[in-house]
Amino acid sequence: MTNLKLPIYMDYHATTPVDPRVLEAMLPYFTEHFGNAASRTHAFGWRAEAVVEEARETIARLINAESGKEIVFTSGATESDNLAIKGVAEYYQSKGNHIVTTTIEHKAVLDSCKRLEKAGYTVTYVPAGRDGIVDPEAIRNALTDKTILVSVMLANNEVGTIQPIAEIGKITRERGILFHVDAVQGVGRTPFDVRAMNVDLASLSAHKIYGPKGIGALYVRRSRPRVRLVAQMDGGGHERGNRSGTLNVPGIVGFAKACEILIAEGAEEAERVRGLRDRLWRKLSSELEQVVLNGHPERRLPGNLNVSFAFVEGEGLMMAIKDVAVSSGSACTSASLEPSYVLRSMGLDEDLAHSSIRFGLGRFNTEAEVDYVGELVVQKVRKLRDMSPLWEMHQQGIDLKSIQWVAH
Amino acid sequence: MAYSEKVIEHYENPKNVGTLDQNDPSVGTGLVGAPACGDVMRLQIKVNEAGVIEDARFKTFGCGSAIASSSLATEWIKGKTVDEAFAIKNSQIAEELSLPPVKIHCSVLAEDAIKSAIEDYRRKRAAREAAAREQGNS
Repeated sequence: MTNLKLPIYMDYHATTPVDPRVLEAMLPYFTEHFGNAASRTHAFGWRAEAVVEEARETIARLINAESGKEIVFTSGATESDNLAIKGVAEYYQSKGNHIVTTTIEHKAVLDSCKRLEKAGYTVTYVPAGRDGIVDPEAIRNALTDKTILVSVMLANNEVGTIQPIAEIGKITRERGILFHVDAVQGVGRTPFDVRAMNVDLASLSAHKIYGPKGIGALYVRRSRPRVRLVAQMDGGGHERGNRSGTLNVPGIVGFAKACEILIAEGAEEAERVRGLRDRLWRKLSSELEQVVLNGHPERRLPGNLNVSFAFVEGEGLMMAIKDVAVSSGSACTSASLEPSYVLRSMGLDEDLAHSSIRFGLGRFNTEAEVDYVGELVVQKVRKLRDMSPLWEMHQQGIDLKSIQWVAH
Repeated sequence: MAYSEKVIEHYENPKNVGTLDQNDPSVGTGLVGAPACGDVMRLQIKVNEAGVIEDARFKTFGCGSAIASSSLATEWIKGKTVDEAFAIKNSQIAEELSLPPVKIHCSVLAEDAIKSAIEDYRRKRAAREAAAREQGNS
């Protein structure tokens, strides 16, 4: 344990470090090859354009898109989600005004939908089950004659649950409804094939896959069906009119390099990370009682472990393990003072939502780190339970639900 | 969010963690907050014949600031009379711990816990005195 470098990063769902191979690929495009990909008149521009076109093809390959022409570069997944949802809603408004999504989507999807509601659209929010999985039949039942778009995430960012995208894609394709997938958390870690799964639009982000921040993409299907959008950013008409703005060439190069690494190593890496995650869970669940795994036991991202340590508050625990970077669904970590909307919409009791910790493991974690974190968490949970009135009451056999708590 | 040094100090070395005998007539117990809100404080006081708090204990389910607020509260009330302790304001706790605005509710909870423990103690004493009077009358 002596050679461990602290703090330890276990928050790979929030962001990931840039892989050194990605950084190396990017560097020449800041200085030597700095050209604007839209400059059609000289070698600097041609060079930039060529590398961007190559990058589109690489990114398309990661998700098995038909062509690089289907990749629209954006500033990141938030912009991609906004462009997909608002862009489709606006273009197809003569066809209908109804959108179906789920209660566990990222805020970029939910808040885009909320804005559309204010503009007169109707949105159905389908809840996930207790295991954090959305039932495709619930999506089917939510569809109406007016539905123009369904938006479901590939994998949830909090509980890591992998959604039945292929099943939902089958339903939307049969009904002729467009299907958007926020694939940010799952791509490269779990199979994602836009053609096999009948996905029409997909949001991607580089910084979740060991690429740089500030670059993302929206996959927009060009055939069977050809998806049309109303651009949300006006300007020079870049990206075939879908998204104006000078292309972030170094970012795009890094994004493509990150995809290339995942194409080559993603499956193997997923298995290694899964092994680490399972090792951590075995340690926590064998040495502590009253720990609850949130989400589905198998259908989850390999690096995701979302656990509620009953009778211990999440932020309090994070403070006790301050040399380990994790996150919590506890209200104390959010400005709203509300615990995680994802956990609550899955039907988790609020006290358990407050007690949740999300461990996100990834490429650069080691077995030694996992062992250190596991031992530290076990010790600190025990210490905090010794300080917890709820744990004492639980030990005495008092049912906490029988108590009239005075909410404040 | 960055914590103040005092919060960290109380959190890492909390003072007066523990449990007093709830059935002891000289002990008052306050249990405030709710698990669904993410914080629960139990604060107990042991009061001597002179009305001075000679011991205080707490257990808290909550964030670092909630734990620090309860630890500080027990420190402050020890040695004070019940009336003096009752006068402690949440703003004093918040100021001492340099709590940011989103953590002010932790200090409010600590003040509530002190008051609730004192009220419990007073209730028990009043009941005891009433019982004694009744015995004297009969």
